Amino acid sequence: MTSLSDVANAVAPRVPGTRALGTGLEARGIHAWFGKHHALENVSLDFAPGTVTALIGPSGCGKSTFIRTLNRMHEFIPSAAMAGEVLLDGKDVYAPGTDVTKIRLQIGMVFQKPNPFPSMTIGENVLSGLKLAQLKVENKDDLLEECLERAGLWKEVKDRLGAHGGSLSGGQQQRLCIARALAVKPQVLLMDEPCSALDPGSTLRIEETIRQLSETMTIVIVTHNMQQAARVSDYTAFFLSDGGPGQMIEVAPTTEIFSRPKDKRTEDYVTGRFG
Amino acid sequence: MSTVKPTRPWVASKQDRLRDALIFVGAIVFTYLLVEVTPLKGKLAYFIVFFFSLMIANGFTGGLRFGFPAAKDAIIKTLVAFGAVVTVIPIASILGTVISKGYKGIKLNLFTQDMSMATPTDPLNNGGILHAITGTLTLVALALIMSVPLGILTALYLTEIKGRFSKPIKFLVQAMSGVPSIVAGLFILSAVLYPITKSYSGFMGALALTILMIPTVARTSEEVLNLIPQDLREAGTALGGTQWRTVAMIVLPAARSGLITAMILGVARIAGETAPLLLLTGGGDKVNPNPFSGSMGSLPYYIWKSFNAGSEESITRAWAGLLVLVVLVLFLFTSARFLSTRKVSR
Amino acid sequence: MSTVPVPREITTQPRRSDRVFRRIVTAGGLSSLFILSLITIFLAYRGYEVLRQEGFRFITSSDWSITTDDAGNVVESHFGLAAMLVGTILCALIAVTIALPISIASALFLNFYAPGWMKKFLVAVVDMMAAFPSILFGIWGFLVLMPSAEYWAKLLHHYFGFIPLFQLQPYVVTRSPFVAGVVLAIMIIPIITSVSREVFSQAPLDRIQAAYALGATRWGMIKAVVLPYGRSGVIGGAMLGLGRAMGETVAVFTVLNIVFQVNWHMLLGVGGNVASLIILKFGDASPYEIKALMAAGLVLFLLTLAVNAIADVIVKKTGKSGR
Repeated sequence: MTSLSDVANAVAPRVPGTRALGTGLEARGIHAWFGKHHALENVSLDFAPGTVTALIGPSGCGKSTFIRTLNRMHEFIPSAAMAGEVLLDGKDVYAPGTDVTKIRLQIGMVFQKPNPFPSMTIGENVLSGLKLAQLKVENKDDLLEECLERAGLWKEVKDRLGAHGGSLSGGQQQRLCIARALAVKPQVLLMDEPCSALDPGSTLRIEETIRQLSETMTIVIVTHNMQQAARVSDYTAFFLSDGGPGQMIEVAPTTEIFSRPKDKRTEDYVTGRFG
Repeated sequence: MSTVKPTRPWVASKQDRLRDALIFVGAIVFTYLLVEVTPLKGKLAYFIVFFFSLMIANGFTGGLRFGFPAAKDAIIKTLVAFGAVVTVIPIASILGTVISKGYKGIKLNLFTQDMSMATPTDPLNNGGILHAITGTLTLVALALIMSVPLGILTALYLTEIKGRFSKPIKFLVQAMSGVPSIVAGLFILSAVLYPITKSYSGFMGALALTILMIPTVARTSEEVLNLIPQDLREAGTALGGTQWRTVAMIVLPAARSGLITAMILGVARIAGETAPLLLLTGGGDKVNPNPFSGSMGSLPYYIWKSFNAGSEESITRAWAGLLVLVVLVLFLFTSARFLSTRKVSR
Repeated sequence: MSTVPVPREITTQPRRSDRVFRRIVTAGGLSSLFILSLITIFLAYRGYEVLRQEGFRFITSSDWSITTDDAGNVVESHFGLAAMLVGTILCALIAVTIALPISIASALFLNFYAPGWMKKFLVAVVDMMAAFPSILFGIWGFLVLMPSAEYWAKLLHHYFGFIPLFQLQPYVVTRSPFVAGVVLAIMIIPIITSVSREVFSQAPLDRIQAAYALGATRWGMIKAVVLPYGRSGVIGGAMLGLGRAMGETVAVFTVLNIVFQVNWHMLLGVGGNVASLIILKFGDASPYEIKALMAAGLVLFLLTLAVNAIADVIVKKTGKSGR
């Protein structure tokens, strides 16, 4: 019988944290609240540069909330509150006087549902981040090609860059959103269940894209799909809520999480006993 | 057990607020000095100088802190805030004027007497608006009775039948909401008053108001009925109900408070309508309980007549009438809002 | 080769109660068509005599005069609406030009900038003002606003007098189309603000978040997501306001000099509007002049219908992109 651990082992183990890409992203003692509801409790997690970290766990365990605290998207919920620190290159992104738009430029995000801007063409969509943040770039065409290439979409759309973003298929739209996030050259890319609205074929393409991207940047991916975590990530963190606030139960190299988890609850989850 | 306290680092800190307040006060001081020193004068000058100095100051601080995009953002923020201020100033002025000028005319006799024994230029302790209040209530009640069935049927056609006329009817209802009130008045004049009744009456006015009220009722009801989940209708049909019984026993009761809101908004739309009443009701000065014969007074007509009489007393009368009318409209509107917070009852 | 089966026809025979129900509802639904056709028919019927006598001059000339002999019979009459039509359009355009930017700004403020408590309060206030009766704006405009607006008109003339639109020759500033336009603008600002706010608040959250996640400032997000999404709705709101402004009677009547002279100079105290003409002339009009007023009403009605139709087309055209 093939178990998930076999799948994980089939992926060649990568040595994390060895690529020199500058310093990374670090979460220290993160708590999150929605009104009185304590959604996330004391999560500390270090994201080594050049690695892919997958956050797994059942629904409502706080993994999406956690990822949204990293680039300060958490604060858009009116009743939200938080505690703890998120350090990017050693600086707290929540420090007073921080320019939040710059933080979000450095930590890009891809959402669950593909959301290209419908009023813009494919090309404009990719470059929209530059326009939004008013960044100047020398050669737009090169950047456009580079981002679409990295997102694995260039071949499919190079002849119709003037078409509207809505004319693409769901999977293509999601890769367009990835290209859009890449255009502002973030150090970190957060992905909040990027494949949950896509078919298996498109999912596979996105996973390939993630693997390629991980060579040059730090990626954090929230996923419901354990095989996906096993396929794409170097590290996996398991989140769980036992009725109270969500907690991080365990973090380890992905192969270990799936072959010899330390915590009983992790083992139950990855072997499919619940969740 | 955690002892960590929730924080909101993104909320403006004390320092930020202090800075914003300083900029605000600074802009006021600067404006005052500039207007005093230079030959600029008048409220408008203060307003414009203040606006520009605040905009520049905010843009500058934003730019210093976070660069060009932040500067632009701060400038736009000032701009839209001023848009809101410009929107609110007339509201404040209108309400302030109506209250300050109207309350002088509010005397007990205003609500107990009509104008049959008085003229608008008489002292204020003579004559009142009893005829106008009863008249307006009669007109509104009649218009309500006539327009609500038609409005709700139109909405039901658009949401329940969805027949081939849906698109044109949607357009026509919108076009009808754009019919100038004076045109509605002329229409009743030409189609009913001249050929049939040949005399002014409250009913003529109510007919014109009905035309103006139908589109408001129809559009609001349509919105409300669209909020009723489709499952409810399907559940009704699946239980063997005919469409008619499903609509009557499930859809309409579920939308009840929303439909009441639609009616109230319709009434608020027409309660102050003036132009058609000038053409159709004759505007009597005596309480007239019969809307089908004889001229009938109404609040807008009374206000119009007093305003045009032009003396100090009559204009105070007009303001008092406006105050009563505004209170009526506000009351209707507030109750509609209150009800519409729960458009669909569960 | 397999034969493709012919689709079965499914027929539902509604019960009789349902047939009656559907017929009643359809009849009620068609009431708007019925009423609008009747308005056209009756106004055209009553105004026919005048329209035939005047022909195209009814909308191209601006001479409105009736000569009667001692017995009260009409000897000679001229009815021309040109001045009033120009006035109607001029006042309404001034109103929309002033109101639209202010409304968009305050709608954006209400949705994206105002703190929670202020938003609630202001939304209630603005919506409430959209329900204020027009006679209130008329009297307030006459007694409170007119002096200020005339002062603004003088300023405009002083600083921008070289632009033909702001010319003032002879120098009469009272009760000009500009003043009427300002009153109408104040009347329609709440309407356009209400509609725009409603549309802006429906801008999809996922796109808003995507823009922020790309490092957009609030204004950057609005420009990329909210404005493209809300454009057609704002245009619809503006058209609604334009229609309101064109058909307004008492608020214009109180603040405008009604003079039968075509005048595009907005600061000059000469103007009029079809609706206020009707109120002005109705009081002591002879039966024949009433017919002319009916014809004028028909023209106004068709004008507002045209604005609505144009609005419908624009909204449908612009609605597709950006959503």
